[in-house]
Amino acid sequence: MKTIIDNYIRKEMFPNIWCPGCGNGIVLGAIIRAIDELKWDKNEIVAVSGIGCSSRITGYVDFCTMNTTHGRALPFATGIKMAKPDLKVIVVMGDGDCSAIGGNHFIHAARRNIDLTAIIINNMIYGMTGGQYSPLTPTGKFGSTAPYGNIDQTFDLAELATAAGASYVARGTVYNARQSSSLIKKALDKKGFSVVEIISDCPISYGKMNKMKSPVDMLKWIKDITVSKKVWEALSEEEKEGKLVTGEFVNIDRMDYSEKYKGIIKKAQEMGGNKQ
Amino acid sequence: MKQKKLFEVYQNNSVKISVRREWCKSCGICIEFCPKDVLVPDDQGKPIPENIDACIKCGLCELRCPDFAITVGGVEEKDE
Ligand SMILES: Cc1ncc(C[n+]2csc(CCOP(=O)(O)OP(=O)(O)O)c2C)c(N)n1
Ligand code: SF4
Ligand code: SF4
Ligand code: SF4
Repeated sequence: MKTIIDNYIRKEMFPNIWCPGCGNGIVLGAIIRAIDELKWDKNEIVAVSGIGCSSRITGYVDFCTMNTTHGRALPFATGIKMAKPDLKVIVVMGDGDCSAIGGNHFIHAARRNIDLTAIIINNMIYGMTGGQYSPLTPTGKFGSTAPYGNIDQTFDLAELATAAGASYVARGTVYNARQSSSLIKKALDKKGFSVVEIISDCPISYGKMNKMKSPVDMLKWIKDITVSKKVWEALSEEEKEGKLVTGEFVNIDRMDYSEKYKGIIKKAQEMGGNKQ
Repeated sequence: MKQKKLFEVYQNNSVKISVRREWCKSCGICIEFCPKDVLVPDDQGKPIPENIDACIKCGLCELRCPDFAITVGGVEEKDE
């Protein structure tokens, strides 16, 4: 029996390396289903990742792939896009990868509005290295480096991307895998910098330290803390505390970086290399 | 108990549920969140569609499986 998924994966790499119930696999499925609906040619797609459990995704997909260094997936992807603007470049990052060490790259990719799709698998922790808290660990939750609870204020990646100028910003969850897949599809199809944050589960590094030992416990929790935009708008500020809104937040048309760059090449050629 | 194959196919007149047991990690997600309680865990925690007649083919088990280990289709769909 052959499934949609089988057409896009490196089957010899399975079963995947992730822990039982890890949300990374659910996001991988959501990405593949979105690409299948778009009918994209596998050879035109480049998937780029950094380092982390989530970044292992690039090892499993049968596209052109690049597994780079921690936090630097966006700069590598930017290079690919600038050299070959016709390629479809997808960047998969963990929450630590994207918002801590790679935070500046994220802001500036959005500011430039470079035509990449960033998918952030937000399991709210450094999964691979044993549960250190990340900028997306909720305040009060526990990590191996926050044994008495995290005192930091949490980033809102969607708001950050919006403020920095991304063309498309959305948030989904692994519990709501179907919605996540359709948000990813819209992001992939969007010209400019598109961002989809997927709230995900890490039962091993996050769950264990936060009284959610099983993947099922974690998915129930994700279901409880996330609300649709419609529900969110009716909540009081107090009720919003500890909750995350899901759905599409930004979907605008803004000229992307490659188009602007093409424009500057044309201008330079017309001026015969003479600067003004 | 009879040793199960690496790949098991269960079906009735309208639904076919395939379980790639080799890839399944017994996480329990498909079993817990099936809206119709179709699936029950076997002695290894892998799903068995004991209540297959109640399946509404919503596909949620397939979409949420992190290991691509369960698929739901119609019986008319041919295997490749
Ligand atoms: C430059 C550098 N700093 C630190 C590390 C160690 N390191 C590897 S993965 C990781 C964080 C992983 O967390 P996240 O990005 O959230 O991904 P997850 O594993 O949770 O999917 C860190 C700090 C590294 N590999 N390289
Ligand atoms: S440590 Fe967490 S993120 Fe990493 S594979 Fe295990 S469950 Fe997934
Ligand atoms: S398709 Fe839906 S109803 Fe059928 S087994 Fe899967 S989750 Fe249950
Ligand atoms: S969701 Fe997938 S891996 Fe988990 S028990 Fe069901 S078939 Fe197995």
